[in-house]
Amino acid sequence: MSFIDKQARSLLLAEIVTGLATTFRYMFKTKATINYPYEKGPLSPRFRGEHVLRRYPNGEERCIACKLCEAACPALAITIESEPRDDGSRRTTRYDIDMTKCIYCGFCQEACPVDAIVQGPNFEFATETREELFFDKQKLLDNGDRWEQEIVQNLVADAPYR
Amino acid sequence: MVEFWDVYLLPALIIVGQILLIVVPLLVAVAYLTLYERKVMAVMQLRKGPNVVGPFGLLQPLADGAKLFFKETVVPTGANKVLFLVAPMLTFILSLIAWAVIPFDEGMVLANINVGVLYLFAISSLGVYGIIVAGWASNSRYPFLGALRSAAQMVSYEVSIGFVIVTVLLCAGTMNLTGIVLSQKGSLGLLNWWFIPLFPMFIIFFVSILAETNRHPFDLPEAEAELVAGYQTEYSSMAFALFFLGEYANMILMSGICTVLFLGGWLPPADWAIFTWIPGIIWFGIKVALLLFVFIWVRATLPRYRYDQLMRLGWKVFLPFSLLWVVLTAGFLVYFDMIPA
Repeated sequence: MSFIDKQARSLLLAEIVTGLATTFRYMFKTKATINYPYEKGPLSPRFRGEHVLRRYPNGEERCIACKLCEAACPALAITIESEPRDDGSRRTTRYDIDMTKCIYCGFCQEACPVDAIVQGPNFEFATETREELFFDKQKLLDNGDRWEQEIVQNLVADAPYR
Repeated sequence: MVEFWDVYLLPALIIVGQILLIVVPLLVAVAYLTLYERKVMAVMQLRKGPNVVGPFGLLQPLADGAKLFFKETVVPTGANKVLFLVAPMLTFILSLIAWAVIPFDEGMVLANINVGVLYLFAISSLGVYGIIVAGWASNSRYPFLGALRSAAQMVSYEVSIGFVIVTVLLCAGTMNLTGIVLSQKGSLGLLNWWFIPLFPMFIIFFVSILAETNRHPFDLPEAEAELVAGYQTEYSSMAFALFFLGEYANMILMSGICTVLFLGGWLPPADWAIFTWIPGIIWFGIKVALLLFVFIWVRATLPRYRYDQLMRLGWKVFLPFSLLWVVLTAGFLVYFDMIPA
């Protein structure tokens, strides 16, 4: 009996017809596509994107040149040089991140005692040349000014879990 | 001089005009078939498909064409240059000249010859040459294997296609394609078309044309997981585009043949006023588009056949089955004295 059943099924293309019916049903389902450059998917507040150097609300840069991030960086992507400023406070004279080395692990952000270096929500910073990916202090501070609002929101949202 | 104009030049110009009237819309149809395919496949896979170039992605085929046009034609050093370049042209030309005998509407046919079916069969059998020449002339492994597979596959399935066509010819009593369509005309409309009485043959024909045009699930000649791109591997730019156009034109052609043989060509599905107002060429187009939808639908659904499965299906299932059906049909027609005059 099962032999006849099997033969009849294959003769009537039963499985192919079931398969075709499945794909036909899928035609009317909601699409999973996000129109990427115009629409974007949700990001976690912990998302580790492009690095920024933040400032205090009065405009003073947060970084105190403790070099903990440089020490924590497993990819050796961060280079820091520091000197006392005229008012005696310790500041960086050079803060470079080689974005081609960075592995986006977030250890620099974890190490920072003053929340100065933070990985923001921006992931669209592709460049046309390799050199543009060697971020210097000015670039990082500019990033900080640009993304401050989003970063504060993310830090606040993530604070209860830290 | 006047005689030369009247007897030779004017008819020649008229024929060239008619050819252009067929070829230009056909090429546009081929271009939009690629978009149609991408859109339908996307929709079945919960994607949206091309939608950025122009409204609903309608300019995508033009962008693709322009891209291919501006690329460089690379001829491998080991290749036989002449044959390498002739092969895509051959494929393309063969996929176009078969359209000469396809009737789009009553009287709307370039060459209304009485052996139309034989002509089509001859042209579609020649199609394998383009591919095997391409595979040989590339002087490279993957194209060669792809071409061998393709040749064996097309030859195998042409046999059962032949028997299917014979069945239709027995029922229609003519080899003229217009005659075949007219033999499906009747008071029952849709039920008079040959796909109802010859339903199993319709299925066999459709599966065989999938194999004949190297489409999924029988696309072994260009199985990318095994053969990179099969016989097209060494081709680029317009040479590749000609293969591509030829392949898609062949899909449309085969759908057209299927429409003429089984789906009543330009005939409306019923004799109601609304349906008969719509011109026949539109009905023809709708039926071809439906068949092309099934081509794409099958591609989105089925995995690829293994080569031995393909050969088994062709020689051990389709061939005996269609042969048996030819005998049955012929016997039925003789016994009930229904042979068409």
